[in-house]
Amino acid sequence: MMRVLAPRSLDEALRLRAAEDAVPMAGGTDLLVHWPVRPETRERTYLDLWGLAELAGMRWRDGWLELGALATYWDVIRDRRADRELPILAEAARQVGAIQIQARGTWGGNIANASPAADGVPVLMACDATVVLSSLRGEREVPLEAFYLGYKEMDLAPDELVTAIRIPRLSRAVQRFVKVGSRRAQAIAKVGLALALSDAGWRCVAASVAPTVRRCPAIEAKLEEGWRPGSPDELIPAIRADVAPIDDLRSTAVYRERTMARVLFHAWPDGGGRA
Amino acid sequence: MERIEGLAKLTGAERYVDDLAVEGVLWGMTVRSPAPRGRIRAIRFGDGVDWSEVVVVDHRDIPGENTVFLIEGDQPVLAADAVRHVHEPVVLVAHPSRETVRRAAREVSIEVDPGPAVLDFTEEPGPEILQHGDDNVFKRIEIVKGDVEAALASAARIVEGTYRTGSQEHVYLEPQGMLAWVEDGVVVVKGSLQCPYYVHKAMIRALDRGPDRVRVIQAPTGGGFGGKEEYPSMIALHAALLALKAGRPVKIVYDRDEDMVATTKRHPSWIRHRTGVDADGRLVAQDIEVVLDGGAYVTLSPVVLSRGVIHAAGPYACDHVRIRGRAVLTNSPPHGAFRGFGAPQTIFANERHMDRVAEAIGMDPIELRRRNLIRDGQSTATGQVIRDGTDRVAILERAVEVSRWSLRAADHRAFNASHPYLRRGMGLACFHHGAGFTGGGEVVLASRLEVAGLEGGRVEVRSANIEMGQGTLTVLGLEPRDVVIAEADTARVPNSGPTVASRTAMIVGRLVELACDDLRQRVGLSADDHGERVREAIARWREAHAEEPVGRAEYERPPGIEWDDDAYRGDAYAAFAWSVQVAEVEVDLRTCGARVTDFVAVQEVGRVLNPTLARGQIQGGVVQGIGWALMEDCLWERGAMANGQLTNYVIPTSEDVPPIRVLFLENPFPHGAQGAKGIGELPIDGPAPAVANAIARATGADPLEIPVTPERLATLLESASGTADPRVA
Amino acid sequence: MSPEPTARLRVEFTLNDSPVRVDVDPAERLLDTLRYGLALTGTKEGCGEGECGACTVHLDGIPVMSCLVPSWQVGGRRVRTVESVSAEEVRPLLWTGATQCGACTPGVVMTALWIADHPELLQSHTVRELMAGNLCRCTGYDGITEGVEAMIASRGPGRAS
Repeated sequence: MMRVLAPRSLDEALRLRAAEDAVPMAGGTDLLVHWPVRPETRERTYLDLWGLAELAGMRWRDGWLELGALATYWDVIRDRRADRELPILAEAARQVGAIQIQARGTWGGNIANASPAADGVPVLMACDATVVLSSLRGEREVPLEAFYLGYKEMDLAPDELVTAIRIPRLSRAVQRFVKVGSRRAQAIAKVGLALALSDAGWRCVAASVAPTVRRCPAIEAKLEEGWRPGSPDELIPAIRADVAPIDDLRSTAVYRERTMARVLFHAWPDGGGRA
Repeated sequence: MERIEGLAKLTGAERYVDDLAVEGVLWGMTVRSPAPRGRIRAIRFGDGVDWSEVVVVDHRDIPGENTVFLIEGDQPVLAADAVRHVHEPVVLVAHPSRETVRRAAREVSIEVDPGPAVLDFTEEPGPEILQHGDDNVFKRIEIVKGDVEAALASAARIVEGTYRTGSQEHVYLEPQGMLAWVEDGVVVVKGSLQCPYYVHKAMIRALDRGPDRVRVIQAPTGGGFGGKEEYPSMIALHAALLALKAGRPVKIVYDRDEDMVATTKRHPSWIRHRTGVDADGRLVAQDIEVVLDGGAYVTLSPVVLSRGVIHAAGPYACDHVRIRGRAVLTNSPPHGAFRGFGAPQTIFANERHMDRVAEAIGMDPIELRRRNLIRDGQSTATGQVIRDGTDRVAILERAVEVSRWSLRAADHRAFNASHPYLRRGMGLACFHHGAGFTGGGEVVLASRLEVAGLEGGRVEVRSANIEMGQGTLTVLGLEPRDVVIAEADTARVPNSGPTVASRTAMIVGRLVELACDDLRQRVGLSADDHGERVREAIARWREAHAEEPVGRAEYERPPGIEWDDDAYRGDAYAAFAWSVQVAEVEVDLRTCGARVTDFVAVQEVGRVLNPTLARGQIQGGVVQGIGWALMEDCLWERGAMANGQLTNYVIPTSEDVPPIRVLFLENPFPHGAQGAKGIGELPIDGPAPAVANAIARATGADPLEIPVTPERLATLLESASGTADPRVA
Repeated sequence: MSPEPTARLRVEFTLNDSPVRVDVDPAERLLDTLRYGLALTGTKEGCGEGECGACTVHLDGIPVMSCLVPSWQVGGRRVRTVESVSAEEVRPLLWTGATQCGACTPGVVMTALWIADHPELLQSHTVRELMAGNLCRCTGYDGITEGVEAMIASRGPGRAS
């Protein structure tokens, strides 16, 4: 039997989260897909977060941008400062697909859904984002790059909620996001790649090529070295060290690996093959 | 008329079948075979639902023949002891609550003792998988002109090629749906369909009822493209059987994933060409083999094969042609009608092949077309002498001009040489499409239509095709508010034939004109009388006769059309529309994803009756063709579609296609409504080869199969270059 | 045995500028409540997975997929459906061939209206990008995009409604 818990404050939400075995719901864009034909969804209790003002919006602080867990893709697309300072976020948000999904899809929901093909997570991770996890016991902050422990497994206690995301406001000389999908809009990523360079160093984050979205340390090391690949093939060893793509309904392992190599090659600083 | 209908659609007032509120209606659902072949060992009913509340129907509830009658009677309404494809309907359930009926359907398990299944339509079947005749072939057709072997033997050059096209799912935005109820002893169905009389015919046989005891009404239909040509007969019978058993109305509306996996799709094809050319690049021999995957039952495969083979050699003059086609059985859901109906498949192969012929002999692909396009006085593969006065070379020249082919080619060469990973190219396709039913088909259909004079002098068009208002306005000079299109209800309208085969404007439109002339005569007017005079005359006539005046028309084959159905020779169609399409693509070698950046469609369709509608038909067909060419990939597992969700079977969005540029050339066809020829299917014939040819020119790859997905193109380029870095000029 | 019916939830919201109160099953999507609970059948179901856009309505002034909104989330919010749309607002779409079979049309109209109400969006987005969440199988999209442009033009410069 489906039950709905509708807290009126974050406090109440945390109390319910601790007391009940409930699925937190933000904009529902992942959870409601095919609802009528998935009987298991009827046996759940949902914790409705959509109305909680404490979780909405974006706040620009001196050292970081804080996204409420319920900040939507559309919130970021419209934000002028995000466009200037963190264009990689807006770029990923725009590629999420349709306005109807951008209006209801949330950054917190994208993180908590833990999909290896997530659209928001790669760019957040490339910007050294941290996730704020709240519970009755208090608050802790976890680097997003350490948040995923395995396929659909998160460093999230059963009584915790993702309540905010913090992105350090560093000066970033490079911000690139490439999403390879089956068409230009409304597509699930076959390969996702986020690249960023700041004083903290290079970040290379890959999606859809491993059980989790993850940083690519071997590739980052090559970037840090200042090494330049002469062809996409030269990137394959580092790619194989970092990711493990599979065959599925959307694409093949071979395609994913080689496409990642080519995309990375052409995005490589001062490289990318001039004909 | 289209203004009024259009407004209803734009304000959400149009009522499709799932929008109709029906008192006491039950929701129906279908329980389907889990196996591609086998014997049904048992049907078990679980205890997750109270079965006393659920209506259950199986094959034993069928009063007449357990057959969905179409061309043959081999497809059952509900499987009895054997199944021939995954998703074959076996049991039906109904309940007032949609959620409960879903649960009920899940609680029924069909246990099948599996048998060996045919899953590859190109393989010769061994004895253990024969299920139709002695060779699993539904239909063979051979077209012979001249002596192809001799011509090949003496040809200056022979070029061969083997091509494949994948299935294509219609993705009409409104899923299949049907309502059924019994009223005064008559079984009535109302739903999303294209051919009310097909459904009627199937129902009277399976329900063992006379024609007056079955009534079929076409509700406003949210897209069909052939997907609602034959399949609605099945779903109508299902809804009717449940309604008969329940004694209450029943509604069946398919969920999208069910619709995608269980209903018909375009026939996959395998096509081989051997082409002989002379030293001047003229076609001297075309030897073509066509194999279509028909799925598990005959359904419409013979007719799809027919149209496919007739178009297989293209709009070219060639004295020696042999086309051997066959449609074969596989243990997958039957493939069916889809806009183009066999022609898109064979035209893809022929036009991709023509580009490869051009390359093999070192000739410009446009020049090859120019030399070989059929001229008046020359004959087609079936020996039909073309003499319609259309300047087909002018169509080609116009397409080349409007697409700026030569200029763009130079731009592309420079661009491709300098860009690190983008490649651009253009490709074309020349093709034709026969309008109306093949050969004697229209005569067999014997379409009839009526136009009646109503109160107030208004006129009602009674036809089984509902988009037929245009002709009435023009012929009788009336205002849209004076014309009513009758609901396509078999109790009220005669059989003007199915809404398929690009026949509506040309043939049915012509019947409307003739019926209007007949009406005008009956009310005592002459051909010069229009508008107000017509309305007044109708009103006077009604007063004098106490009944309505009805103008009638019956199909008459145009003079001089002769077709031999046994030899497959003669005039295959009363008229052909002609077209040239040019696609410009940009391929991103990083992803091997191609996108169409410009598209030009030039066609000669007799006469354009309504520019907005005609343009919309062309653009819609082109975009469906682009989807089929690039991204619509059916993945098959054990004879069933594995990617039956819109997130995994992708069609183009507005961002995936450029504006489609459309140009019409006119050459009125004397036997079509106001000179019109068919237009509905033509535009989907060309995009696949035009796009594949463009990709070939942009990248140097040689695609032989569609869709040219990024994965396929990557494989083609990598096998050519041997590395993960395909940079081919 | 059939399971016990689930307790219904009361939801009060503003629908097409009027207050409305419904008792919904927790498993009801906004699409279901509109079509079957309130007999507003203008909004269509095309896929149930948030891909086709036929179910598009406005929630607090912005287009959303109503097949992905649980009805219990719209309490206190504003919902606008195609039933609120006047013939005048959509007339420009008529002439460009924006509708053929009509199945995608209500969803297209709702997204188009939102764009026409916010023409400043075209400084950062193209019409095609903004319409990408509304699949159409009949028109090939030119009739729709030209229709949206005509809607914007018919409102005159700077005259968002």
